Amino acid sequence: MLIYIARRIAMAISVLLVALVATFLLFFAGPADPAQSMCGELRCSQQKLEDIRHSMRLDRPVPEQFAEYFKGLFVGRDIIQSGSIKECSAPCLGYSFRSQREVKGAILARFPTTATLALMAMSIFLTIGVSTGVLAARRRGTGLDRFVVGFTQVFGAIPYYIVALLFALYLTVLNPVLPRAANISSGVGPWLVGLIAPAIVLGLVTSTGYVRYTRSSMVDTLAQDYVRTARSKGISEIRVVYKHALRAAISPVVTILGLDMAALLSGTLITEQIFSVDGVGRLTIQSLFQDDLPVIMGAVLISAFLVVTMNLVVDIAYSFVDPRVRLG
Amino acid sequence: MTMDFEEIVPVQAAAPRAVERTETPTGEIVLKVDDLTVRFPSDEGPVNAVQNLSYEARLGRTLAIVGESGSGKSVSSMTVLGLHNPERTFISGSVMLDGEEIVGASEATLRKVRSAKVAMVFQDPQSSLHPFYKVGGQIAEAYLAHHRVSKAVARKRAVEMLDLVGIPNPDRRAKQYPHEFSGGMRQRAMIALGLVNDPMLLIADEPTTALDVTVQAQILDLIGDLQKEFGSAVILITHDLAVVAEVSDDILVMYAGRAVERGLTRDVLARPNHPYTWGLLQSLPSASEDADSLKAIRGAPPSLVHLPPGCSFHPRCDFQDLVGDACLSQLPELRSVAPGRLIRCHLATPDETLNPEAALIDHQEISS
Repeated sequence: MLIYIARRIAMAISVLLVALVATFLLFFAGPADPAQSMCGELRCSQQKLEDIRHSMRLDRPVPEQFAEYFKGLFVGRDIIQSGSIKECSAPCLGYSFRSQREVKGAILARFPTTATLALMAMSIFLTIGVSTGVLAARRRGTGLDRFVVGFTQVFGAIPYYIVALLFALYLTVLNPVLPRAANISSGVGPWLVGLIAPAIVLGLVTSTGYVRYTRSSMVDTLAQDYVRTARSKGISEIRVVYKHALRAAISPVVTILGLDMAALLSGTLITEQIFSVDGVGRLTIQSLFQDDLPVIMGAVLISAFLVVTMNLVVDIAYSFVDPRVRLG
Repeated sequence: MTMDFEEIVPVQAAAPRAVERTETPTGEIVLKVDDLTVRFPSDEGPVNAVQNLSYEARLGRTLAIVGESGSGKSVSSMTVLGLHNPERTFISGSVMLDGEEIVGASEATLRKVRSAKVAMVFQDPQSSLHPFYKVGGQIAEAYLAHHRVSKAVARKRAVEMLDLVGIPNPDRRAKQYPHEFSGGMRQRAMIALGLVNDPMLLIADEPTTALDVTVQAQILDLIGDLQKEFGSAVILITHDLAVVAEVSDDILVMYAGRAVERGLTRDVLARPNHPYTWGLLQSLPSASEDADSLKAIRGAPPSLVHLPPGCSFHPRCDFQDLVGDACLSQLPELRSVAPGRLIRCHLATPDETLNPEAALIDHQEISS
């Protein structure tokens, strides 16, 4: 068991290292001048460019640049900004010369909003997705099942940004039944209720996939011999369905959940943009428009980290769900 | 495991229902299936899985239900536990289990009956045990469903049952998962699960098919021994006539969803009165003849959606020409040819036709 987990962690670390190198090369070894991109201003002063080149070691060969970047992640580094030296402590994700702050701080400030939105959406799509999926699987072939399958297919096929836009338009602008998003600085209450509308849209649309994964997995599992055995014990049908069938059917759903959560925690670009939620996703979009390279790199790196971590979590969760995995 | 002697539950909760193996059926009837018909819808049309089936099972006796795949033997016994999805199955007729009607019974009634009065041991113990739960817990769950006891008591009971079915180190084994068991051990665990509530009827659906040949005999012996100890009725579903001869008292031969021959196992195997039973016995290998002389029944079992008109067996029957058109046009009724002996065949003198003195099957040979 411990060996299994240790091996998974070792694999996760090596994947992260590869992602780190790839991200670095993508931005630093490309044709564009990284110093110009990092400056974040259209007409960057010569002095500022020099500062950037020097503190990022851009005037040195690429391996040395990477070493400095790598060092920043683990022990921290110094950044020269307008002549003064600023310390960027580990893990240093970089420094935004445009907004004159550390990338880590910029992302961390937005992260609670994104994480709360992700968790709210998750509780919606897991509850609705799994319960509807189980219901459809139990009534397979009936009108209800056909309606559920058809509805999720149609609803899931509409481009997400259209659904989100219409929802935002009708429920927060034209008929303001749901409050609009608010910055966390205006108080926790307004900030939290402001997340309800985007969480509902995100949760509902994401749930269509979960309905279908759960349904197909449950249809398979309900036909298994051990479900028949469970039923022949004289236990309640609820127990047969939830304790015996769903326990086995949930594994593929957990896999997808891990990947979805990694994506949601990296920031939902469309949802946050449409509902003006000040999360990591909106920060990423703003940085893209402003050509703020350090922030984009930081966001990409965090996203890679989340994907690898969530995969690791799923793998370890498997070994708790399925005792047979523990041998592997 | 902590030893708490007050919590030990005697394995034989009920007094053994003492019954001796007798020549004539005397044990109390626990299961009476009457005119049972089971149909499933399919894309090609309704599947006639079981039609007009009647039989009974008695305490202390073993009834063998014999037939090819798709003959309806498993489907009919699933009905006894009410395991068919009522929304996708048409069931008519009656299944009386210990005075309780199972056909059309409520979910609550079925729950009370399952495992407590009738338990089933399925064909493949690998897929019949839940892969994610410990074996002891799976057995304890069935006990808890019918007894108001603590989890610790139920767990203790599960360990005792594992011991009873001959699993060494039952205490340790109870805490293991099914994948840590061998095939034979898994089937023993399934039998322990089946008997944990001391049911009056145990249905074993091809309990040895998925097992190693060397383990098959052990499992059959175990079922036989436990039946003697618990005095329950056993229904053994199988296609293996050697097994039938060895362990069963009564036999029901099914073909294409219908009973074609019923009687005492000894009589039926010695002198089959239905051409299908006769064909099955002819196809058995015997020690005295070489392998070339195996006589398979020609043709294949019919589709249950498009049953042949008349007698379902007529396309494969060697004796059809003795009867003529009736076989093709008329379904033979199940009729009595001797006390306790029923066949579904148009032959006027089936016993003489199928068992002329020279062709008498040596009972000793089959049962050896």
